[in-house]
Amino acid sequence: MLQDLTDAERKALAQCRHAVLGSERPLRLDCGVDLGPYRVAYQTYGTLNAEKSNAILICHALTGDQFVADRNPVTGKEGWWENLVGPGKVLDPARYFIISTNVLGGCLGTTGPLANDPKGGQPWNLRFPVVTIGDMVRAQAALLDHLGVPDLFCIIGGSMGGMQVLEWAASHPKRVFSAVPIACAARHSAQNIAFHEVGRQAIMADPEWKGGDYRLHQTAPARGLAVARMTAHITYLSEQALQRKFGRALQNRNALGFGFDADFQVESYLRHQGSTFVDRFDANSYLYITRAMDYFDLAGGHGGVLANAFRGSPTRFCLMSFTSDWLFPTRESREIVQALNAAAANVSFVEVASDKGHDAFLLDEPEMFRTLSGFLKGAAAVRGLKGEP
Amino acid sequence: MNTAIRVDLQLIADMVAPDTRALDVGCGDGALLAYLVNFKRVDARGMELSQAGVNACVANGLSVIQGDADTDLRDYPDNAFDYVILGQTLQATREPRVVLRQMLRVGRRAIVSFPNFAHWQIRLRMVFGGRMPQTTSLPYKWYDTPNIHLCSIDDFRALCGEMGVSIELAIVLNSKSRPIHMPPLLANVFGEQAVFMLRRD
Repeated sequence: MLQDLTDAERKALAQCRHAVLGSERPLRLDCGVDLGPYRVAYQTYGTLNAEKSNAILICHALTGDQFVADRNPVTGKEGWWENLVGPGKVLDPARYFIISTNVLGGCLGTTGPLANDPKGGQPWNLRFPVVTIGDMVRAQAALLDHLGVPDLFCIIGGSMGGMQVLEWAASHPKRVFSAVPIACAARHSAQNIAFHEVGRQAIMADPEWKGGDYRLHQTAPARGLAVARMTAHITYLSEQALQRKFGRALQNRNALGFGFDADFQVESYLRHQGSTFVDRFDANSYLYITRAMDYFDLAGGHGGVLANAFRGSPTRFCLMSFTSDWLFPTRESREIVQALNAAAANVSFVEVASDKGHDAFLLDEPEMFRTLSGFLKGAAAVRGLKGEP
Repeated sequence: MNTAIRVDLQLIADMVAPDTRALDVGCGDGALLAYLVNFKRVDARGMELSQAGVNACVANGLSVIQGDADTDLRDYPDNAFDYVILGQTLQATREPRVVLRQMLRVGRRAIVSFPNFAHWQIRLRMVFGGRMPQTTSLPYKWYDTPNIHLCSIDDFRALCGEMGVSIELAIVLNSKSRPIHMPPLLANVFGEQAVFMLRRD
């Protein structure tokens, strides 16, 4: 399964582990297709204790990856949650066995549209079946089976990672002792679907996209993907944060240029965000993963009543949202809290004051760290997890 | 670990049987919750109006959400808890009757503590001072008080009767937060606050 990898996948798989799953029992996807064999690229930190009671699964967001706490081999940048995971941090590998996977449909080692269709040997590209958050979770569960991890002490994720956390808690309640969905929602809103659609249309409107077969034509829809990222990036910030960071400041000039170069710093910043993104992310993968988020509607699978997804749940929940997050506003977290209350589940909910918008969950937010640390301490005491945090 | 909690909280904690489920509405800094979890193995949850209070509780490992007694109890299913606790908050709710009814729907028992507005100090200040009374348990001015539905111990007993709610236990505390044992008429004069345990009839 390791032929025909992209350079990025090759680099990623050299720096993490992977498992080939579903050879005997393929993964039945929500769309009805049986996928198998498939590859899951993952990273681990720390070791599983003798009681197998200290496993933590970290779920990444739309464009995240398995390199939570070590250098990303493609970008060379440090791990995306290194301020949370590492020696002496809230999630300390000396105490926990931390697992993170690249999601199904991803482009950093796990099977997605970049892979070859086993029937025919050609790259899947747009013939890859549409995957859902539920499918991502099923692939993660299969990986845990493969690793001999019976259940999770905690599962943590922000944004799309939070959707996976909710899906895990709903579909595998007995395997989830505690769950921390951060800055997310139980279903993707119309506004969020709309933003994703703009991104996808930008990619598909790029003539280099070639119906998704750009690798066959040795092209890349870099401009389309960059525009998709620029649009999305705005939704990750807040109006205050943009104003504070850039205002109307001009880029490398003292006066307006009376043209369409990047006069303003904010334009230059967005262009930079777009152009660096295309070096690390695959356009088709972006289509698939945004689609998975759009399709997410946890209540939909439970008779339209979100509380039904959590009836009798033994899981301890801790939700967090950020005041300036308009992509996944506090209101959406509160709806989940209400549903959990209706199911009489054990739930904590903290709204963190921050002006950094949706991206706050990836940043140095002491209140978030304090909350997570306290929640894990309480959960560890109930679980009987040995050792001081 | 500091085991000492406020006397009125200790009284409430003593009413809660070990290994049960309890919801503390208006849990403040979580002192009672922590006690119930640590010393009585209670599956204790909290609801608190102030976000700062919530965040402090959760950072302490307690299960707490931001919420309002008046509006958010209705989210819970019937009999979700063995006890629903409302400490020194009833008088600040918009609809005390609705809150009590919700507490007794969500919990098998309700534990309520409140300041007694018929305490002798308050009576004296009203009669001789002619001004809205300020005391240690009711320190606010008339214009900034959150206490919009004050009552006396006798008022509360009467309400329980009207609502068909059984009083399982009533403890009256003096101004030093010590339980006093007097007939109801005197308790309504010398009690500064009271703690009631209620049950649906």
